[in-house]
Amino acid sequence: MSGHSTYEPKTGFERWLDVRLPIVRLGYDSFVDYPTPRNLNYWWTFGGILSLCLGVQIISGIVLAMHYTPSAGAAFASVEHIMRDVNYGWLLRYMHANGASMFFIAVYIHMLRGVYYGSYKAPREVLWILGCVIYLLMMATAFMGYVLPWGQMSFWGATVITNLFSALPVVGQAITTWLWGGFAVDSATLNRFFSLHYLLPFMIAGVVVLHVWALHVVGQNNPTGIDPKSKADTLPFTPYATVKDGFAMSLFLILFAVFIFFMPNAMGHPDNYIPANPMVTPPHIVPEWYFLPFYAILRAIPDKLMGVLAMFGAIACIFALPWLDTSKVKSMRYRPQAKLYFFIFLVACVVLGFCGARLPDDQVIPGLKTLSVMDSDLNSFVWLSRISTAYYFGYFLLVMPLLGLFEKPLPTPETISSPVLGGDKKD
Amino acid sequence: MLRKVTLFAVALALVAGPALASGKVREPHPVAFSFEGPFGRFDQAQLQRGYKVYREVCASCHSMNLVAFRNLGDKGGPFFDPKYPNPNDNPVVKALAADSQIRDIDGETGDAIQRPGIPADNFPAPFPNDPASRASNGGVLPPDLSMMAKAREGGPEYIASLLTGFVTPPAGLTVGPGQHYNPWFPGDVSSAWSGDHAHVPEGGFIAMAPPLAPDKVEFDDGTKSTVRQQAQDVAAFLMWTAEPKMEERKQMGFSVLIFLVLFSGLLYASYRRVWRNESH
Ligand code: HEC
Ligand code: HEM
Repeated sequence: MSGHSTYEPKTGFERWLDVRLPIVRLGYDSFVDYPTPRNLNYWWTFGGILSLCLGVQIISGIVLAMHYTPSAGAAFASVEHIMRDVNYGWLLRYMHANGASMFFIAVYIHMLRGVYYGSYKAPREVLWILGCVIYLLMMATAFMGYVLPWGQMSFWGATVITNLFSALPVVGQAITTWLWGGFAVDSATLNRFFSLHYLLPFMIAGVVVLHVWALHVVGQNNPTGIDPKSKADTLPFTPYATVKDGFAMSLFLILFAVFIFFMPNAMGHPDNYIPANPMVTPPHIVPEWYFLPFYAILRAIPDKLMGVLAMFGAIACIFALPWLDTSKVKSMRYRPQAKLYFFIFLVACVVLGFCGARLPDDQVIPGLKTLSVMDSDLNSFVWLSRISTAYYFGYFLLVMPLLGLFEKPLPTPETISSPVLGGDKKD
Repeated sequence: MLRKVTLFAVALALVAGPALASGKVREPHPVAFSFEGPFGRFDQAQLQRGYKVYREVCASCHSMNLVAFRNLGDKGGPFFDPKYPNPNDNPVVKALAADSQIRDIDGETGDAIQRPGIPADNFPAPFPNDPASRASNGGVLPPDLSMMAKAREGGPEYIASLLTGFVTPPAGLTVGPGQHYNPWFPGDVSSAWSGDHAHVPEGGFIAMAPPLAPDKVEFDDGTKSTVRQQAQDVAAFLMWTAEPKMEERKQMGFSVLIFLVLFSGLLYASYRRVWRNESH
């Protein structure tokens, strides 16, 4: 879509600046004149919402950092000082803590949108990979952020996750010690996590710039998956997309506000209000909800090293998606079978999330005893996560490559405007 | 289709709920606290009674390090008085602070001294350090109570149930010295149970002796001092110490929501207007 620029400087200053640094032209071409497919639905508003989330996290985080003390002896008390004595400190902290969850809600919707409408397919592979890099950086940032309040879950979550690296052969223990900056999770670990937690969001912002650049080179996908063919298929970004994105952001902020003001601790764990204590292991260590599916995959595999590899493999699959999917048709709107498998995939992810929150040996159906296979009863969360894990990988490694070769897609329209103007409003 | 899929996933998420139970423990009794729900506020008289229970009973074992006397006179607090927007001037707060002796260092001689408290002081801890606290409590540390209502599943309802839940242990359960059976306290009593192993009693053993008794605390407002009343009042007080900005938070929440709903309406109208001639 990087066509010819239609920007015309209007004032003397703009003309002067335009030949020296065409930054106003860049902004105009990217966010005003930029042609967007006219048939985008609300699933396309989450890109804007994600930028909003990043902005909220950076601004609230910078002010929190003015009052926060990154040391094992003082961190917990400094967060409580923010909550009690800093003016509107409770608001900043609840914004930041719930903002992380909202960020992940938005990113998961954004990614599933991409999978459903085939937004990762040529020529959008680099765009997709940049998105995956952002997601990876977000996970690292949120993990280290959760360590900062230095509650029980902060400490034990950090211990469990950093210990995963010790499963690597030969170098594992050395890597873990190096990550910790000592021989246990302690002040040195907390201080470096704070430093990185401050750094990574700005790296995310940098990758977001690349992501948007790549987007503006190849153009947006749309619910039909058919590329725009003529001017009739698109509308200028401003005012059409801006006002729609703005409306969606405002609705998103309502949900965000309900969490901040009326249920600020609903997505947190009570144990994180207990100061970190290396001598007392909580009965049940669970990560934040957005990591639960990966945590379930990790625990589904009986071998520690294989579990770690499966967990990272689960993320690697998302990166490799553009080359795993063989279908010529982008949008699942015209792929009824793909829709079905996608639907099951969604359920598998949600089920994995629940398994991650449970003890592996807890019974799924209370009271029912069945066969014991591989040391665990079949009626247990570990077996449920094994089945879901198998589907998760099966979806990427079998369904995606094979379905494209064997399925019979529905006929696709010639242009975006033909179904649109014909009044076909599905999905 | 995508819409149906999403609805299904959300429904599944809501139905299954984030249950995190490990051992068997009894569900807390529901209590209709005044601060529940989006419109809920603290009941100031209840907070005052709760403070009295805390001060006269719990404070002899438990610290409350994060709360200062001045907080008692903050907006939403037990002794807030609109006449004294600065709680440091509030005479009730000053008197309550002066009731306590604070460990300090004499600025001239460097000797350890005790002096009467001022509103800026945090609540004094009953023991000078954790080992001393353990030594006086059979080797178990009574946890700091400042955040207790947010640090346990079930919050204030759990605390109220725990405090009223010291029941006679069922026959067949051996309770060790310094231990007390409480079905609401998370734990595992199977190794002390000689009965049917398919029916191990719920709950666990807690090292805190039943702290409350009828009329142990005399309420200044004439409320009948039952164990249940004391337990609920101190639980409400602990909710306040854990979340002192709750009223301010909910109040601001309503302004923010009203603004956002109006703003969304305005944006929706603009959206309809901008798109009125475009099919999509
Ligand atoms: C005689 C000393 C003593 C008094 C008085 C006392 N407690 Fe405790 N309390 C303890 C000890 C010791 C523990 C630790 C018990 C354990 O972990 O087994 C404890 C634990 C607790 C717990 C934590 C239970 C949990 O889930 O871990 C709560 C809540 C609590 N006390 C509330 C109170 C309240 C409220 C009062 C005042 C009404 C009070 N206590 C009075 C000694 C005391
Ligand atoms: C990608 C954006 C970000 C995400 C996803 C994120 C996530 C988190 C999370 C999950 C927590 C723990 C919250 C809690 O439970 O208390 C946290 C804490 C914190 N973050 Fe961030 N954060 C982001 C950006 C930033 C930035 C840019 C800063 C600025 C320096 C920052 C500073 C802090 C500080 C000081 C804390 C500790 C205070 C507290 O726990 O509330 N964060 N972050």
